[in-house]
Amino acid sequence: MKFVNEFRNPKLVQALIKKVREYSSTPIKLMEVCGTHTVAISKSGLRQVIPNSITLLSGPGCPVCVTSHRDLDRAITLASIPNVIITTFGDMMKVPGSFSSLSKEKASGKDIRVVYSTLDALKIAEENRDKRIIFLGVGFETSAPTVGQAIIEARRRNLKNFFVFSALKTMPLVLKALIDLGEVNFQGYILPGHVSVIIGVKPYQFLSRDYGMPGVIAGFEPLDVLQTILMLVEMIEKGEPEIKIQYKRAVSPEGNLIAQELLKKVFEPSDADWRGIGVIPETGLKIAENYGDFDAERIFKVETPEPVEPKGCRCGEVLRGLIFPYQCGLFAKACTPESPVGPCMVSSEGACAAYYRYNKL
Amino acid sequence: MCLGIPAKVIEINGYMAEVEIGGTRREASLQLVPDAKVGDFVLIHTGYAIQKIDEKEAEETLELLKQLGESNGSGE
Repeated sequence: MKFVNEFRNPKLVQALIKKVREYSSTPIKLMEVCGTHTVAISKSGLRQVIPNSITLLSGPGCPVCVTSHRDLDRAITLASIPNVIITTFGDMMKVPGSFSSLSKEKASGKDIRVVYSTLDALKIAEENRDKRIIFLGVGFETSAPTVGQAIIEARRRNLKNFFVFSALKTMPLVLKALIDLGEVNFQGYILPGHVSVIIGVKPYQFLSRDYGMPGVIAGFEPLDVLQTILMLVEMIEKGEPEIKIQYKRAVSPEGNLIAQELLKKVFEPSDADWRGIGVIPETGLKIAENYGDFDAERIFKVETPEPVEPKGCRCGEVLRGLIFPYQCGLFAKACTPESPVGPCMVSSEGACAAYYRYNKL
Repeated sequence: MCLGIPAKVIEINGYMAEVEIGGTRREASLQLVPDAKVGDFVLIHTGYAIQKIDEKEAEETLELLKQLGESNGSGE
């Protein structure tokens, strides 16, 4: 595949690994904050071949994993409303909430459909005018414009039976929250490539300016990740933190302006509850007043009991980069992808699932 | 979840396009990248093009990577 295979060239990968070994003199920790990076790094085996002096941590980059138990419970409860069809990305299906999961609800007869795109959810709404279709909006800035576009499209097509439950989140301020927490000592961020396609460079610049934390917006192929590590090592060793773009073929400094305008129009910033971290102001995207008739939260006022977190699950600590998945007592024993206890093992992009699949010790 | 797959725009019908991803064809919305043209490569995320891929930048990145690799090989 063009723009993929070239960035997997084994000879160049080997040369770059050698280069990283040459450059790296002091032990450093780098954190990636994108589930797609978690999987890409594990799958390519890069963790095993980079020098021991470089530790790669996974942060809160898997949208399903960071969805709070309360939001999960509310999403699951929506499925019980009569005449409702829930539409969702597949990753959400198996995540256990306090009392049930979407797949259990589906098995018990609720109409829950996995879609590939919000375009599919709109189609279901058009074909089922007598039903109310709720799309579960879970994701970061990459996915949020596709949810916003669906809302605009629903209004244009006069679809009065399409609603969105928004648990959408935004990335930059959680990066600040992780530094402010001060629990993990890491020296650089591997920044999410496809979130940055939308938002560009500017929203991250406070990291280097105010915190002296370097960051590199990275692509997803092995050469992308290795070049990113080299760029970070260089900035750290020289003591010259900046926010740089490695993934230049897809990310422009200003980002996708059309998508940014769309986000401003359809959503407004709100407090968001992150699993393992808690409420972070202005990191959620709630549906703006003007589009309130599409907001499932306003239309279907769902009440759920206090959430019950799974016992022994250390997903929250994994998401903060405090522990590696294999340091959780449940990992690969009570908790496996077939029978997951926490979301980090359910989502294909969760750190626990990635370690289970590719780095099981 | 933030997956983006490179695809080539084959045909445009209104705001929808037929795109080719690694030999297979599917539909994608161009609403977020309205200036995409037939022959352009775009990144597809959940059925939407989210950005055009800059071929020149891709070549420059590869060239830089090759130079890094070569300087390594010659023991510099």
